Amino acid sequence: MTEKAKRNYTLKVWRQKDAHDAGRMAEYRAEGISPDASFLEMLDIVNEQLVRKGEDPIAFDSDCREGICGMCSCVIDGRAHGPGAATATCQLHMRAFEDGATIVVEPFRARAFPPVKDLVVDRSAFDRIIASGGFVSVNVGSAPDGNTHLVPHPVAEKAMDAAACIGCGACVAACPNASAMLFVAAKISQLSLLPQGQPERAARALNMLKRMEDEDFGNCSNHGECEAVCPKEIKLSNIARTNREFIRASVCSDE
Amino acid sequence: MKLDSKIPSGPVQQKWDKHRFETKLVNPANKRKYEILVVGTGLAGSSAAAALAELGYHVKVFCIQDSPRRAHSIAAQGGINAAKNYPNDGDSIYRLFYDTVKGGDFRAREANVYRLAQVANNIIDQCVAQGVPFAREYGGTLANRSFGGAQVSRTFYARGQTGQQLLLGAYSSLMRQVGKGSVKMFPRREMLELVVVDGAARGIVCRNLVTGDVESYSGHAVLLCTGGYGQVFYLSTNAIASNCSAAWRAHKHGALFANPCYTQIHPTCIPVSGDYQSKLTLMSESLRNDGRVWVPKKKGDSRSPDTIPEEERDYFLERKYPSFGNLVPRDVASRNAKQMIDEGRGVGDTGLSVYLDFGDAIKRLGESVVREKYGNLFDMYHHITDENPYKVPMRIYPAVHYTMGGLWVDYNLMTTIPGLFCLGEANFSDHGANRLGASALMQGLADGYFIIPYTLGGYLASSKLPKIDLGHAQFKAMETAVAKRAQELLSIKGKRTPGDFHRALGHIMWDKVGMARNKKGLEEALREIPKLREEFWKDVNVTGAGRELNQTLERAGRVADFLELGELMARDALHREESCGGHLREEHQTPDGEAKRDDANFAYVAAWEHKGDDAAHALHKEPLAFEEVHLTQRSYA
Repeated sequence: MTEKAKRNYTLKVWRQKDAHDAGRMAEYRAEGISPDASFLEMLDIVNEQLVRKGEDPIAFDSDCREGICGMCSCVIDGRAHGPGAATATCQLHMRAFEDGATIVVEPFRARAFPPVKDLVVDRSAFDRIIASGGFVSVNVGSAPDGNTHLVPHPVAEKAMDAAACIGCGACVAACPNASAMLFVAAKISQLSLLPQGQPERAARALNMLKRMEDEDFGNCSNHGECEAVCPKEIKLSNIARTNREFIRASVCSDE
Repeated sequence: MKLDSKIPSGPVQQKWDKHRFETKLVNPANKRKYEILVVGTGLAGSSAAAALAELGYHVKVFCIQDSPRRAHSIAAQGGINAAKNYPNDGDSIYRLFYDTVKGGDFRAREANVYRLAQVANNIIDQCVAQGVPFAREYGGTLANRSFGGAQVSRTFYARGQTGQQLLLGAYSSLMRQVGKGSVKMFPRREMLELVVVDGAARGIVCRNLVTGDVESYSGHAVLLCTGGYGQVFYLSTNAIASNCSAAWRAHKHGALFANPCYTQIHPTCIPVSGDYQSKLTLMSESLRNDGRVWVPKKKGDSRSPDTIPEEERDYFLERKYPSFGNLVPRDVASRNAKQMIDEGRGVGDTGLSVYLDFGDAIKRLGESVVREKYGNLFDMYHHITDENPYKVPMRIYPAVHYTMGGLWVDYNLMTTIPGLFCLGEANFSDHGANRLGASALMQGLADGYFIIPYTLGGYLASSKLPKIDLGHAQFKAMETAVAKRAQELLSIKGKRTPGDFHRALGHIMWDKVGMARNKKGLEEALREIPKLREEFWKDVNVTGAGRELNQTLERAGRVADFLELGELMARDALHREESCGGHLREEHQTPDGEAKRDDANFAYVAAWEHKGDDAAHALHKEPLAFEEVHLTQRSYA
């Protein structure tokens, strides 16, 4: 096997014992790292070394490690999910960082995402937004045959583009207003495009946007930072569609 | 202990209807008096919780992640089967049933599988109604594709993200109930004990993963929807937090564990690149619809693939299985890849992979069609390997992916502990010794949406379940047990990390209890695992404290349970002196290297009973009867 040259890094990592702790940056060395290791595997290696020394390892969230569950987070070198387009932190590989680089790792920061520990934050506000209207009210057993409502192929594709959101919160971390607009717009778009979403279309838009405000997310002022960091490339046009949905719901509907 | 599968009498087509009619109902006004605990929020847990709350039950739901939407069902890529027969190509409920029993190599219950095939169509309808953006034809109808070993196109899909979209559908239904107040959600909780009172499951004890507090919850029934145990191999396609602990705790309280040795090795994973690796990434086997699997004919051929001429390539699946070609079932595809590699014809830097080549598909369909079908999988491969699969053939290698074994359940999905139900991958029920592609999503949602709402009602309506409160001695005892175990782990202060032990266990499991097993290796595993477990309890180092977010402690607890489960898997594999499905015993093969079953002696479910930490497990057998699908040697030639 042709061994790729190992690399060494200096890490500056946000450490915060719990929500009450002020927090601080701490420095660590990551040595002998393969360029094919993922960023989180690099953190695993650092953590194993810390545990061997009896020190508290760096807490971070991750689960599927294949870019689909949305559990991993981190702002890396000032960018949510780090360098590279359309990549969640777990899909970021060390080949993206030059040998000898200093890498700064921080949590997703937003008032609506309170800190938990180190790089772990509480993103349950997203669940509450979905609970406010991000669904179709259809009880099990009452669905008509799947082909009852035809969905044109391009519409299905557009709905799928929006539905691909993994709910990671990078859009919020990147936004200067800490707005959750891209997240909310992805769900509103998906369901307003599909025939199944029509009956609750207006109420959904109003309720989800209100809930976003209530959760202390900021509003959207079209910076576009969210789209730039989104690991699933959810498009800004979903926000435009959501604005239209909001106007439609506020002005033209009976809701 | 006598195992009663409670399979209804009568023809297989009528069993479920008859059973639903005969099952007692809970009066609508009484449903709200019941509290149901659901552990896990994958397809099975989310769908069950939503469906039960819609019926009026009070439901409490627990998950280890920060949100129920993260459960590992989300990573399923390929699709979900149903017998809609929209393509008019000869499918039927009976054919889906037949294929699943045969695909499971005759080690599943006919009655369960038939019911699964029956409700599959309802699942598609339910998901469409939730707004799941399934792929559509240009006329607007639902699209289907052929998938993993099926000769009909019965698989529904949402790009390469079917599991994600189905889970988000179930999650949206769950969150709707959370919004209404009928479900209470408890994220970042890990179930560490089951509370059994007067012989019935009445509660759970969890660790709050943020605060480290030990918390108790009581209910009238407990549903374990906690997924599979593939992480026992350390490297698998499962998520980092996927674990067996909830099921294993239940097992220790008396729930039998069935067929633990039935594990599925998935043929199309991205190969291992180094020892730092934390997981393996699966690529949907739908890739085998258009990709062609090959290795060089010559051993040790290190030329780059584009310079190897057509006549020097061995498309070994197409050669050996002309009618199924690249679409043979997973176990057959995996074993053949291993055989090629063992012959020294593996490719890539490590020699531990085979090619999956889209060159012909791109020529035939054009790059844009291939991109539309598989774009996200190609991107994922590119990200991980730094190789562009539109230009260079993909390299794949088998990896542990799914566990067919799990807690034994009867036809009602109830374990051997009354009131403890087990759904989805965590149970053993529907896939026999091998699961067909696109049927895990089907089973998870069938169990949650369409089976448990009936069978749970039957249990509640026919049981006397007096009110108990959290002060009950059994709750206190289990809380103490959980706190004591955490304290024990924290106080060892040894030299090796939980990860060290997990990796060491994984090596034993992969080498000796993996894709092909033999008596000698299994006996070695049975000596090595207990030894490793002993070392673990002497030499593991768990830093930090109990009453805080402590990921090292979480991991240590899971590894401790894997160290026990791994031994039972080896024991089960050793006792099963036959090959079937994903369980290949090297001593039992046909002359052409296929799994050779021994129906006379092993057509049964092996259900293991925990007899105490220092005693051997006891084996109970549930015989399997095949009245519809005749036992035949599975052959895909």
